[in-house]
Amino acid sequence: MPTRKAADAHAVLRGVTRIYPGGTPVHALGPIDLDLAQGEFFSVVGPSGCGKSTLLDVLSGLSPPTEGSVSFEGKTVAGQVPEGIGVVFQEDASLPWLTVRDNVAFGLRHAGTDSAEVDRRVSYAIGFMGLQDFTGAYPSQLSGGMRQRVCIARTLVLQPRLILLDEPFGALDQQTRLLMGDELLRLWRETDATVLLITHALDEAALLSDRVGVMSARPGRFIDLVETSWARERDSRIVSDPAFGTVTGRLWAALRPESMKAIGRPQP
Amino acid sequence: MSRLTFNRFADSLILVVAILAVWVGLHAYAGDSAISAPATTFAFAGRLLVQPSFWTHVAATMEAFALAFAISAAGGVALGLVLGVRRFAGDVAEPILGSLYTIPKVTLYPLMLLVFGLGMSAKVAFGVIHGVIPIMLFTIAAVRNIPPVLLRTARALRLAPVKTATSVLVPAAMPEVVTGLRVGFALTLLGVLIGEMFASQRGLGFLIINGINNHDVRMTTAVTLLVVIFAVAANSLLLAFDRRVHHG
Ligand SMILES: Nc1ncnc2c1ncn2[C@@H]1O[C@H](COP(=O)(O)OP(=O)(O)OP(=O)(O)O)[C@@H](O)[C@H]1O
Ligand SMILES: [Mg+2]
Repeated sequence: MPTRKAADAHAVLRGVTRIYPGGTPVHALGPIDLDLAQGEFFSVVGPSGCGKSTLLDVLSGLSPPTEGSVSFEGKTVAGQVPEGIGVVFQEDASLPWLTVRDNVAFGLRHAGTDSAEVDRRVSYAIGFMGLQDFTGAYPSQLSGGMRQRVCIARTLVLQPRLILLDEPFGALDQQTRLLMGDELLRLWRETDATVLLITHALDEAALLSDRVGVMSARPGRFIDLVETSWARERDSRIVSDPAFGTVTGRLWAALRPESMKAIGRPQP
Repeated sequence: MSRLTFNRFADSLILVVAILAVWVGLHAYAGDSAISAPATTFAFAGRLLVQPSFWTHVAATMEAFALAFAISAAGGVALGLVLGVRRFAGDVAEPILGSLYTIPKVTLYPLMLLVFGLGMSAKVAFGVIHGVIPIMLFTIAAVRNIPPVLLRTARALRLAPVKTATSVLVPAAMPEVVTGLRVGFALTLLGVLIGEMFASQRGLGFLIINGINNHDVRMTTAVTLLVVIFAVAANSLLLAFDRRVHHG
């Protein structure tokens, strides 16, 4: 397993678990140790229900870890989402009463940014996400994939230094997904942000990432960390590189038994 | 006229014709001693509308109704929000409110008369007991039906709790709250009219019951007609507003 110097670490998880309390407590995650390097593109794959979204919740500060600790830029994350972390959720989180433009500007306006700067960043993010023809539309008039893009744009305008994305392209067809992946790579290069992407598509993980963490069936732990060694300048044409097949094959080899567990013993 | 407006117009026309048909049928069946014929009623209603004394009754009803609706709306929405947000309290309160609401309110009338006496306060109270609970139940449901991811979004965007309430919670709940207010509007009006029948010497409800007592069938039918027209018009306005806040 490749290790990175702690000095590089942008976000660090140590011995993190998450147990949902209740009548029968659900051990959803961990223990997890993870160092996200500054500027790295890290993807997480794992069987359905293994705790990927829970990992995002804990890392972002939305939920406290049951055990262990989370830190971001050297400060402990506790109780709230720190400035500098941007989150895109798995579910549609567009605000139905606001237009596309107002949705994208929503977080920035509340952060107290002056309105000229808001306009500039919002227009840029809307163009970046290919939403310029829909600025006045309401989410109910958009497709699922477009709504997800609205949510990505809303996070981008805040210029986060760590971006957490939970299956943001889940609602897209394969072609669009590949192209959105390219856009995400462009964004990552332009902003120098650290990216953690949760996905269920192995090829997507293999193609986009510097490193892919493969999670076990619930409670999710990392059973393999696969490094890709792609150049920083890369795009979806990597799919024809022989190394791409090797990476995807290794991911599937690690994931297959876990996925079978997840299906064979359905969670209560 | 767009196709949609035309269809709505056609629907309304069909409804009006159907109501008139039922009305004519009832009149043919029960006769002048029970319900007056449409033409007679419209003529009588027209004459009522130019009598100053009629308008004092309208004013009395409207005053009680405005007060009752204001109390139902403010109380129902405020309590509904609190109970919706405080999930546990809401879990306890919701079935209680539900069953309270199914109590035939007529059984409460004697008690209410003893407490509030005759007149304005009784009329308002009758309006409120009919209107406040549905508004509250709709508001509780409105808050509960907010997708949790929207509240998580507010936290991820680092909104302060007050901001979260005003710019996420309230707008997200608004469509269903407006539906609740629409339902509560009609029921509050009903309650006020009933209050006037039982507990007042003034107002449209009083005119209806007085018409019955004096065998003045035309009066009863005409006032009922005017109340129905008012209620339908008000409801259409609220429905249009309701559609607007439901974004597509
Ligand atoms: N609020 C909660 N209370 C109790 N259990 C929960 C809660 N949220 C999630 N779980 C459970 O924790 C486990 C992990 O859930 P999580 O949503 O993190 O999985 P996931 O890997 O994101 O799944 P998917 O691939 O379907 O998105 C699941 O078994 C789920 O049922
Ligand atoms: Mg998930």
